[in-house]
Amino acid sequence: MGIRFILMVNKQGQTRLAQYYEYLTIEERRALEGEIVRKCLARNEQQCSFVEHRNYKIVYRRYASLFFLVGVDNEENELAILEFIHLLVETMDRHFGNVCELDIMFHLEKAHFMLEEMVMNGCIIETSKANILAPIQLMDKAS
Amino acid sequence: MSGPSIMDSLFQTTLDDLIKGLRFHLLDSSPFLSKSVDDIRREITSTDLPTKSTALQKLTYLRSLHSVDDSFAAFHAVELSSSPRFLHKKIAYLSASLSFHSSTPVALLLTHQLRKDLSSPNPHEVTLALHCLSSICNPDLARDLTPEIFTLLSSSKLYLRKAAIATVLIVFRECPDSVRVCFKRLVENLESSDSQTVSAVISVFCELASREPRSYLPLAPEFYRVLVDSRNNWVLIKVLKIFAKLAPLEPRLANRIVEPICDLVRRSGAKSLVFECIRTIVTSLNEYESAVRLAVAKVKEFLVDDDPNLKYLGLQALSIVAYRHLWAVVENKEFVIKSLNDTDPNIKLEALRLVMVMVCEDNVAEICRVLLNYALKSDPEFCNEILGSVLSTCCANFYEKIVDFDWYVSVLGEMSRIPHCQRGEEIESQLIDIGMRVKDVRPELVRVGRDLLIDPALLGNPFLHRILSAAAWVSAEYVDFSNNPIELMEALLQPRTSLLPPSIRAVYILSVLKVLIFCLHSHLFSTEIVASSLCANDWEPRVVESATGLPESSHLPSSDTLAGYEQNEDFNPRFSCQSPEDDSGENDGNTAVVPGPSSTSASLKNEHFTRGSIVDLLDIVKTAFGPLAGSHEVEVQERVRNVLGLIELVEQEIRDIPMQKEGKFSVEKLEASEVIKLLHGAFADEIGPVSSSAQERVPIPDGLMLNENLNDLETICADIRLPTSSSFSLGKSHFEERGGASLLNLENKEESEPSSESTSLLAEHRKRHGLYYLHSETKETTSHDYPPANEPKLRSDVSDDVDDLVKLTEQSLVPKKKPNQIKPRPVVVRLDGDDVGVAVKKAESKDDLISGAVRDVLFVNEAIPTSSRGKHFEDSSSKKRGKEKVTIVQPLESTQNLANMGISEVGNSSLRRSRHVSHGKERKHRSPRKNFGESEEKHQSEKKKSGHRHGKSKARHRADGVVDVVAQTPVIPDFLL
Repeated sequence: MGIRFILMVNKQGQTRLAQYYEYLTIEERRALEGEIVRKCLARNEQQCSFVEHRNYKIVYRRYASLFFLVGVDNEENELAILEFIHLLVETMDRHFGNVCELDIMFHLEKAHFMLEEMVMNGCIIETSKANILAPIQLMDKAS
Repeated sequence: MSGPSIMDSLFQTTLDDLIKGLRFHLLDSSPFLSKSVDDIRREITSTDLPTKSTALQKLTYLRSLHSVDDSFAAFHAVELSSSPRFLHKKIAYLSASLSFHSSTPVALLLTHQLRKDLSSPNPHEVTLALHCLSSICNPDLARDLTPEIFTLLSSSKLYLRKAAIATVLIVFRECPDSVRVCFKRLVENLESSDSQTVSAVISVFCELASREPRSYLPLAPEFYRVLVDSRNNWVLIKVLKIFAKLAPLEPRLANRIVEPICDLVRRSGAKSLVFECIRTIVTSLNEYESAVRLAVAKVKEFLVDDDPNLKYLGLQALSIVAYRHLWAVVENKEFVIKSLNDTDPNIKLEALRLVMVMVCEDNVAEICRVLLNYALKSDPEFCNEILGSVLSTCCANFYEKIVDFDWYVSVLGEMSRIPHCQRGEEIESQLIDIGMRVKDVRPELVRVGRDLLIDPALLGNPFLHRILSAAAWVSAEYVDFSNNPIELMEALLQPRTSLLPPSIRAVYILSVLKVLIFCLHSHLFSTEIVASSLCANDWEPRVVESATGLPESSHLPSSDTLAGYEQNEDFNPRFSCQSPEDDSGENDGNTAVVPGPSSTSASLKNEHFTRGSIVDLLDIVKTAFGPLAGSHEVEVQERVRNVLGLIELVEQEIRDIPMQKEGKFSVEKLEASEVIKLLHGAFADEIGPVSSSAQERVPIPDGLMLNENLNDLETICADIRLPTSSSFSLGKSHFEERGGASLLNLENKEESEPSSESTSLLAEHRKRHGLYYLHSETKETTSHDYPPANEPKLRSDVSDDVDDLVKLTEQSLVPKKKPNQIKPRPVVVRLDGDDVGVAVKKAESKDDLISGAVRDVLFVNEAIPTSSRGKHFEDSSSKKRGKEKVTIVQPLESTQNLANMGISEVGNSSLRRSRHVSHGKERKHRSPRKNFGESEEKHQSEKKKSGHRHGKSKARHRADGVVDVVAQTPVIPDFLL
């Protein structure tokens, strides 16, 4: 499985979105998130965006106050994942218009749906922003 | 309590309210959280669906961001999923997919709803169901829903098809049987003109192939087409990953893909794709020199980039390539070394790994020197990383890279003194290991051990205790190389040893015993010869001794500290006033033989123990051990008592020898000398490394049932405690056995009562549980038959064939410049059993099942390759999937075949696609193949498959091009006919 989990964490280390593609218990998740956040948030801009943790490779990127952390297995292409993160942010940006932490907090479900459209089973299946957003826009119209 | 549902629906807080509330209670949210959860618990039982759905929505939020346990809501999620409203369904499925797992009991209740939604006319419902299924799938769900997935795999709505393809992956994993149903359709999707669909299929194959690549080899042509045709970087990256797995299995395939990949490297602007190409080349195509050169050139570009990400990845790529092409690293040596100073710890670590890769016999000393200096300056964490990698690199493959062991041993000593050093365990085991394996280095080892032991400052650092215990063991085991056993004894007895943990104190005590025995022995048995030349009164000041005896500068500080410490130490007056006196004994010898700590000088010196110095020695030991005799630590107490008992025995007789008779008395008359002789004999035996397979070579005695269940032994052994964990698994057990045995002898002589008592107890026990005892005769033979584990096997000559082979391949693999050695490398004892790796036990896993099924689907025919190559096409069952059948034969046929394949396919891909649609008529394309006198196997397959052929023009092309080659492949008859 390429992508194992996707986290969005703010500067204070609070999780804003957590999507796992393998089952972990709540305790395991909490421990994992804590360790990763501690490791990644301590790093600065001059350092590279890859961190090895347990058997994962964490690829992360910071946008304003929000960290996007993606846990992948060791074979995954790090640069592609960085591009994926950027695509995710762009997609959200297009939908919310200048996306910020609050948007994700109040529209967690939508964020999850965007992710679902992009990633299934840890595989990236959709990379076109229009395609990703189409069903969500449809739902917005319907409700 | 009938009210809540109305009240709830009226006054229910929405998700937004909840989020706002959480933000409001930012500092102490737990009361608010628990109140909210209580509300949700109530609301969720409501029969009003909107209320229920809002409650579930809130709970999902709390679960995913605040780790609230939501297992109580599992059933409600199932319930809500059947709501006719899409909004509710959405909430329910999201909740299920976030919180269910494969063993959630209510997951099975979802089966029906999922089935219904998977076949719903509303595509959005279908995607919801697919997403949910892909996150909660378990074997039952997978099995039950396979038909629906199968239908969706050819859905006309592309994005449903895509989602179904991605779901297939987990369905296969959970239910390997579904492979037989869905695989063909999955493969068909590779032909799709929609790039997203192809992307999804390739992702799935990438995952499947990463587990068991061999089964997917037959699909190589399809993947090749994607590699050449696709312009989508995501797809290309995945396809490259697949090829990285397949290429090592099939050399002709590697040959085929090298060019396209190099092309990609040259023309692609996307760094991610370029990096993937590089990685593929360095992992799987490293025999292609030009490709590797190209990749390394690109890596160089990465390295000099400002982006730390590229730098990191460049270093990683280098460390992969280093395995086969060390020159690539050496070319970038400067940069790598510079990176040790990077701001990013991850980059530093990668650089360190690379530096270690470059280590060879020639430069090991230089690199270690640089690294250790660097370790002194760096932060504790990285310092220990450096130490760790130096240690592991140097000990790799039986110290293969070390020529000068004297140097290495002194490096180990230096490492121990680095302030942040926390690698005690590794240093400990290496000190002992080297001591046992390399005979020539022992004098230096003893010297290093002495320097460590003598420094009282080291005792304060708990990380070094393990090293000290190794030093103590080594110095005592090889005490005959010691320049100054009495000084060693003082070091072992210094007051600060009380800081050591008991297990290590026990090692110290045993070491004291060994040194003591050595001193006594050489006193008693060599005084006869030289005694007359001795005089006990030429005292020399200690500092002079250490300066002359050990001229190298590195020793000075430690000796000085000891000297200083002894002056300051006044709470143990006896000890401190004793020490100068003790030095006297060997000083005369010491000054004479100054510089070389070689065995000859040691043996010379050791003869010079005067009676006075021995008596003093006994006194020191007695004084130091006196208080320990009452220690609460069993191990310490017992060992101390043994030593004290021995001293008591010996002391009297030694004191009794009149001074003037010293030259003439006959040692044989003394009872003590007998004991000393025995003990010395016991300790004189060398301890060697024991082969890990030694145990296996012990023949099983007749009548011993190894398979018998020994559970009932526990009741018998319940009261027997194993001794506390010892720090020296290898050394100590031997000692205990040997020392214990000889002490027993001694005791037997002295007092026979207790031992006879114990023998009777033993006999009693034996009578009761005779089953578990070995027969005494067989025991005897066993011990004789025991393989001579200590017998040194010389690496160069006697070692096993396996060893030789390993050695040989290594030599050919690792590019090594042979140094012009000035000093011959000492022999490193190495046992044949040492490198026998544990055989990897291959368990029948789900992946095997999947690949088994895939093979069943793919290898419809008995397609057998040249005997050497195609182990992978073992057996095949008679599945009737014509299309795959055609592809199978492909990789087997010949180089030319594969080469042709590429050309024909690229050229005709459009043609092929159109053909594929109307595959019925393809059958006739097969005929030329037959006509070319193809082998029997093909005939059979023709007959068998004729009804189901999806044949492709590819098959025809191939057949046309390469019949002659095909004819050469040996034919194995189809067993099914």
